Amino acid sequence: MKVLFRSSVYVGAITLGFAAFAAAQNAHVGKMSGHFKDGAAGFPRYCNGCHGVRGDGKGTLAPYLDPKPRDYTMGIFKCRSTPTGTLPTDEDLYSTMTRGIVTAAMPPWAPLPPQTRMDIITYLKGFSPRFSNEAPGIPIVIPAESEVTLGSIKDGAQLYQRLACAKCHGAKGHGDGPDAPTLVNIKHEPLPPYDFTATDRFKCGVTNSDLYRTFMTGMDGSPMLSYADKLTPDQAWDLVHFVRTLQVAHKSKESSILAEAGGPKALVPSHP
Amino acid sequence: MPKVVSSVRLDKVSSAGGRLSIFRRIVCVSYSASLAILLVFVSGSQTAAALPIFAKKTGLRCSACHEAWPKLNAFGQAFRDNGYQIGNERDSPRFLSPLYWPAGARFAPAWHKELNTAQATDQSANGVQPVRTQGFDLSGIDLWFAGLLEKNISFVVLASSDEFASFHFESGWLRFDNLLKSPWINVKAGKFELDNVISEKRMLTLSQVGGIYQIYHYLPLIDAKAYAANPAAAGETGVSATSFGLGDNQLGLEIAGHSRDDYTRVSVSLLTSSDGAVNLPTSKGYDTFLAASRQVNINSLGPQRIGAFSYIGQSPTRYLTQTPAGGGTPVNIPGSGFGNKDFMRTGVYALLSVKKLDVVPMYTHGTESADIALGIPSNQPTPAGVQNPSWNGRMLELYYTQNLQFIVIARYEDIRNSRQLFASSPSNFGDMDVETIAFRWMPFMHSRAGFAICPEYSKLHQTGASAIESNQTLSSEFVGLDFAF
Repeated sequence: MKVLFRSSVYVGAITLGFAAFAAAQNAHVGKMSGHFKDGAAGFPRYCNGCHGVRGDGKGTLAPYLDPKPRDYTMGIFKCRSTPTGTLPTDEDLYSTMTRGIVTAAMPPWAPLPPQTRMDIITYLKGFSPRFSNEAPGIPIVIPAESEVTLGSIKDGAQLYQRLACAKCHGAKGHGDGPDAPTLVNIKHEPLPPYDFTATDRFKCGVTNSDLYRTFMTGMDGSPMLSYADKLTPDQAWDLVHFVRTLQVAHKSKESSILAEAGGPKALVPSHP
Repeated sequence: MPKVVSSVRLDKVSSAGGRLSIFRRIVCVSYSASLAILLVFVSGSQTAAALPIFAKKTGLRCSACHEAWPKLNAFGQAFRDNGYQIGNERDSPRFLSPLYWPAGARFAPAWHKELNTAQATDQSANGVQPVRTQGFDLSGIDLWFAGLLEKNISFVVLASSDEFASFHFESGWLRFDNLLKSPWINVKAGKFELDNVISEKRMLTLSQVGGIYQIYHYLPLIDAKAYAANPAAAGETGVSATSFGLGDNQLGLEIAGHSRDDYTRVSVSLLTSSDGAVNLPTSKGYDTFLAASRQVNINSLGPQRIGAFSYIGQSPTRYLTQTPAGGGTPVNIPGSGFGNKDFMRTGVYALLSVKKLDVVPMYTHGTESADIALGIPSNQPTPAGVQNPSWNGRMLELYYTQNLQFIVIARYEDIRNSRQLFASSPSNFGDMDVETIAFRWMPFMHSRAGFAICPEYSKLHQTGASAIESNQTLSSEFVGLDFAF
């Protein structure tokens, strides 16, 4: 009887272990499900030159890359829709892979068939035990965007100062703030702050909502923290509107309103 | 972390009772060891990372863009269509180290054995005899310069030599990409490969017979017997006025567009009628090439692409001439061609993928004016019994990608004439069958260099192609050491 009980416990434990492993390996976006085995074939072709065969970010090309490739074994991801400290959703990983990381070596993999991307995501989730042990966070709610006005942009400019964004990103958003040279990621690798002026995109997306999300979720593993407890939704939108004006090469509604008001000097608070 | 482990055990050879000779033992052990080494390489998932120009620049592995170097996969095709840009805002050369130079080279020493079953010789009693030859050889060298001058302005300069290091510009162009911020407007000018998704420039076989797609280059044979028997035709030059090949790089302007995901691709090219030859054009005429393809994804199988193309060309049949001082044969004045006649090549193809197996069927149809094929000046009537030749080509190409380092290639082409130049010629005159089988083993490919060992066998059989119109077979056995750096 004891033997039977012990065997049942072992079988149960093994079954649960496999179930947890399988859960970690599964990835779903919409009606699409990833296949671990196919991902195991795709990952070496497309990914492990940078991310390494073990997914630890130590691929053969990694020494030449800056910023460094993501270490999947840590289970920490910058671009998420989930609160800081939590795992990203499968859709977050799929979006990042599809979109690429602007100004990093990670290309947009959109030309790959969706199923191939899904398979690879399934595979890379296997590198971190976090995906076996934790559920992904619940995506944050993004409220409707407030109206873009000069006042909103001005308020955003003040928040940019008050939250000391310029210490890293620089006063004009060039990523050349006084603290910039000292910034490192969680692995103590140098990580320059984002240069908003370089492109019309952000690291984790293109739209204002993407930037709002980044403010509220933070970029885990980097010095960019979550401001969810420091900003109200309206303040976050104000900050979004101001940061848009830093994209000098990009014509946006925000930059047009600012230009009509006389340009950046319109943001300087008037003193009585 | 899953890992492919290959273990091959060499079983002990028992000599008890078997009385295996030492020689046989050595053979057995050597065979087993060779097999073991081959299996380790074939099944190993060693880290591999094409032209290293782009790998060095992008930081991506070669395999990201190449199914097997230099054959592109869907991502590589998208990278190429996007003007050698991956779209991460670091494509402009201003973000690159000043030490980076967008240059690479490709070279391939080889051993090869060639057979021509019906070589014309003076020594043969009937005019032809089999000739076999073999030995070591060199390929020419490709000196590649390719990249971006600025964001959305890409270029290629490819100086290519023959095996005697006599250089020519195989390719050289500038492309303005994503005009009006649209992937549908890309303009390329210079000398470039036609927008062939089934690219001859990127084929994985290199031998004399198997190193080109015959269906891209087929020209109608002139039936010497029928030619001699036709008094009206006998006065003509008897030489086809064009050497056109769909695989040849052409001079001109290409406007290409594609969807953002590169699933849909279209292009139209306006080309000088000179089959890519530089200097003065043969005539004032222009050729046109149209291509379109569409990719669909079948989830469990992978990307599948179907496409079509058409080349509408013309070639002069007359030239202004000048008789050399003192007499002699009049010489054509370069660039003065006129009396153009038409030719056309059309085709459809598919790139089908079933997991590790790629299946590439292609069908082509070619036709050209009898005046071009026979060299009849346009101011003279086409002789009776001479007609515009046409032919159909079929190809089935298979690729089996075992892993990033090993790929097997098998190809079959046949060309069947549907209308002979001379109505009196046998209906199968000039028909062609070509078989090629090869594999390509890439022991390493990283961002600085790539190396491939490529054994290959290819055989071409053509009806009536020898000097005495007997059938002719050409075959190549080839082992190349293909490397790029």
